[in-house]
Amino acid sequence: MNIPSLTVAEIQQGLQARSFSAAELAAEALRFAEAENPKTNAYLTFCPERALAAAARVDQALARGENPGLLAGVPVAVKDVIVTHGVRTTCGSRLLENYVPPYDATAVVRLERAGAVIIGKANCDEFAMGSSNENSAFGPVRNPHALDRVPGGSSGGSAAAVAQGTAVVALGSDTGGSIRQPASFCGVVGVTPTYGRVSRYGLTAFASSLDHIGPLARSVRDAALVLEAMAGRDEMDSTSADAPVPQYAAGLDGNVKGLKLGLPREYLKDVTSESGALIQRAIDTLKKLGCEVREISLPNTEYAIACYYVIATAEASSNLARYDGVRYTFRSRSSESLRDMYRHTRGEGFGAECKRRIMLGTYVLSSGYYEAYYRKAQKARSIITRDFSDAFTQVDAIVAPVSPFPAFKLGEKIDDPMAMYLSDIYTITGDLAGVPCMSVPCGRTADGLPVGMQILTRHFDEGRMFRLADAFERAGAAAG
Amino acid sequence: MRITEDEVRYVAELANLALTDGEVQKFRADLDQILTHVDQLNQLDTEGVEPMAQVLYDAEETATLRPDRERPTLGNEAALANAPLKGAGYFKVPEVIKK
Repeated sequence: MNIPSLTVAEIQQGLQARSFSAAELAAEALRFAEAENPKTNAYLTFCPERALAAAARVDQALARGENPGLLAGVPVAVKDVIVTHGVRTTCGSRLLENYVPPYDATAVVRLERAGAVIIGKANCDEFAMGSSNENSAFGPVRNPHALDRVPGGSSGGSAAAVAQGTAVVALGSDTGGSIRQPASFCGVVGVTPTYGRVSRYGLTAFASSLDHIGPLARSVRDAALVLEAMAGRDEMDSTSADAPVPQYAAGLDGNVKGLKLGLPREYLKDVTSESGALIQRAIDTLKKLGCEVREISLPNTEYAIACYYVIATAEASSNLARYDGVRYTFRSRSSESLRDMYRHTRGEGFGAECKRRIMLGTYVLSSGYYEAYYRKAQKARSIITRDFSDAFTQVDAIVAPVSPFPAFKLGEKIDDPMAMYLSDIYTITGDLAGVPCMSVPCGRTADGLPVGMQILTRHFDEGRMFRLADAFERAGAAAG
Repeated sequence: MRITEDEVRYVAELANLALTDGEVQKFRADLDQILTHVDQLNQLDTEGVEPMAQVLYDAEETATLRPDRERPTLGNEAALANAPLKGAGYFKVPEVIKK
């Protein structure tokens, strides 16, 4: 069993042929992940008991001749902002260092019901706030392709685990690019589905109008299978969409002839020449596959960062109000009065980036500024979203870079929050509009750093997005 | 300058966040820079534009409602399991009302 090269399909074949049992695979995956983890710090917690119990259920189903599920035996890493019953869930925060959730997120329940084997919880920026994974209270994650560089964030541990080969697939969360950007930095596939496509029940809330759960994987097909297993209406999340879930993987037929693709000119301005050249090469590949590519405009892109950092921080300041020293494990020793308990628990518990966002969010919601900032940003969001609906009257999908540059060095941007925020420019827009979007690897720089291409489609059109990404992935594999 | 240290201290109180003097200085500078960037939004004509609070897509009108039926709750013990301080089935906090 070579975990770093296994696909979901190969695991299914191996289990059916009795080449290995789910229990053997789980034990090997745990051994390998624990041995490799010191290199990258991708995992914060391993859960061998839970993993072996899930694997045993798969083996029992196989022994009874039952269908063990779409993801039977597949080793999964789950970002540590997604709660797991009985397994510590820290959100990358000191505040929750010892927090053991009393319930499972719906996404977790559905993956395990499909036979998946959760082996551990993946490191991330504190409360999913960051673009480099350097905001974790438990140390940064290192990029498996270059250990002196960041894996991206905030789902940095999820991306690194998949890239390093210690998990076959992983769950991440995306509010402003937190799945796609680390996927591109680590050379894996990362998917942000349509807003509402996957239940957020059990996803620790950051910015509720923008939060998504999505898969990271080493192939488009594997990512499609994970989404298929967890998507769909959940009565525990009133924002989850009541829309049928297609069999995404079955639709990967490689046929993208005649698909109309738009390349937004606003997304090419600030890209490094090396990343830009790789995107251009990817576009040429798509043309060879029979796609029609034209330049389009998303004219209000320049307002996206400002819009996002008002809305996301406003919502975050409200969502993080619950960490007050009453319910969630950590309470400051300086808790003489109720007020002091709140102030000091939060002052001591939150890291710098969370505090900065709580401050900004509280400011833009405060009396006298609500209209000028928050309401204004919500109107800007309508305008940015309209850019997408206009574009989708002309094209079937949008292709673009994920990030202006490949993985940067640890420490390079940590002292300059504005530079860090600006690096999210190409991913934030998809979250604001709520459209499905993904990163698919499209090559490496001369230094060997992976670069990702982004694909965006209409609401609930993940099927077309996957088909295009899969055709591109296969063309790349064929070209060597 | 878009924000003063006094305003930073005021906002920190609204957010129930104890900040050190060093943090107040640092966040004043950071927020100033971010708010300067956010001012770009004023170049955008939003006259007559509806604010967008949520992503909207076509759905049945009752899509957000779930069946109204009894379901098991978390239970007292599980709900209190992560409390830093508890007693007699309650969360315990510092004294609020003097006896």
